[in-house]
Amino acid sequence: MIEIRWDWIANHLDDVAEKTWQHLQLLVIPMVAGFIIAFALAVLALRRPGSVGPVTAVTGLLYTIPSLAAFAVLIPITGLSLMTAIIPLTTYTLLILYVNTVAGLRSVPPEVNEAADAMGYTRSSRLWHVQLPLAIPLIMAGVRVAAVTTIGLVTVAAIIGGNRFGGLGQFITEGLQTDFDTKIYLGAVGSVILAFVVDGALVALQRALTPWTRARTEGS
Amino acid sequence: MEQLLEFFTDPASWSGDTGIPNRLIEHLAIAFLAVLTASAIALPLGFYIGHTGRLQMLGINIANIGRAVPSYAMMVMLLPVMLGLAPVLGYDPRLGLRFLPIFLAMVLLAIPPILVAAYAGIQEVDRDLTESSRGMGLTERQILTGVELPLALPVLVGGFRVALLQVIATATIGAYLAGGGLGRYIIDGIARRDDGMLYGGVVLVAVLAIGTDVLLSWLQRRLTPRGVRIATELETERAGAAAP
Repeated sequence: MIEIRWDWIANHLDDVAEKTWQHLQLLVIPMVAGFIIAFALAVLALRRPGSVGPVTAVTGLLYTIPSLAAFAVLIPITGLSLMTAIIPLTTYTLLILYVNTVAGLRSVPPEVNEAADAMGYTRSSRLWHVQLPLAIPLIMAGVRVAAVTTIGLVTVAAIIGGNRFGGLGQFITEGLQTDFDTKIYLGAVGSVILAFVVDGALVALQRALTPWTRARTEGS
Repeated sequence: MEQLLEFFTDPASWSGDTGIPNRLIEHLAIAFLAVLTASAIALPLGFYIGHTGRLQMLGINIANIGRAVPSYAMMVMLLPVMLGLAPVLGYDPRLGLRFLPIFLAMVLLAIPPILVAAYAGIQEVDRDLTESSRGMGLTERQILTGVELPLALPVLVGGFRVALLQVIATATIGAYLAGGGLGRYIIDGIARRDDGMLYGGVVLVAVLAIGTDVLLSWLQRRLTPRGVRIATELETERAGAAAP
């Protein structure tokens, strides 16, 4: 019923590598941009708690808009440049990253903050050296969800990206247009595998960033 | 902007098979049908897991798999299967092209949020309450429908909200696979280089999604008993974050 031409895949490994590479670019650029914005907004939330409501509402609104509409809205403005994919992919990460970063920074017990104050930490050094490290588990939980979501959305971007962008999703659109199942499955399964690999890498990164959590579980 | 106005004021945009009313009905019909089908599967299973505490791992696993496979990938993987099954099972191949892959992807995507909301909502009910209900002589069925369900209702509506939004977004993408719905304006607008139609589609789809979200969040508040509302408001900040 479905015939996968493994020989075709074997002959096009350079193409697979190129599209995987673009998929990763379309993951990393929006994630980094989204994290910088979300982190800045989360720090603002610590100083001005009143900002949480409006920021959550706006990022929630951006998150609610169906992805195809978000990609399509930019075509007349940015055309088929990578920005057409990067801008919506960035706005989609904001809600998850913001909510988790705020929750992470707020999860630091008040007595820890007070102890840091008593030791003479300034407000910004306390943020970087005390609050941020303790917030890492919740921040990374958000990063993982955002990364897996973004990988899926990149394939949707391929619908409007034509042969210009969409990472592994381009295999899907090409496969649908030429009625070639191998390409459809290569793109779809490939993006799911990529999501699992990236998620695994992020779990490893989190362990490396928070060695104390490991020591605690090993010690007990 | 001018083209957008032109699209919305053109009488042709409002009548016939390709008119906005018909596209909206197509969009809503497939979305509701998918959520109903998903509910028929997820609710009984979720209530069973939540009430008895059994099969919990199954619930978690279904939820995780559903989240890992994005809707578009799910849909395109189902397409060749549904086309191939048409002669075997004897249904119209057009059904395998325009409806089944989109519909099934939507059902599979709507199951996890509803399932998780159903069992998590019931599990979150205070054990003391169910124990005292049991002590008062209520049957297990009465405990589920009279105590646990009403208290789990806000969480449950929250699950429906996520499912419905996901399904509306997926139906939009479905237009790329020859499906109907409001996504058609986006796909056709790009194909015909008709920016008015393209933006018209974007506006319609965004308004539908945001409208659904607003309506269901209102419903979620409405269905919450006042005492629970105060308690949950204190909890929402923590619950909103993805678990580590």
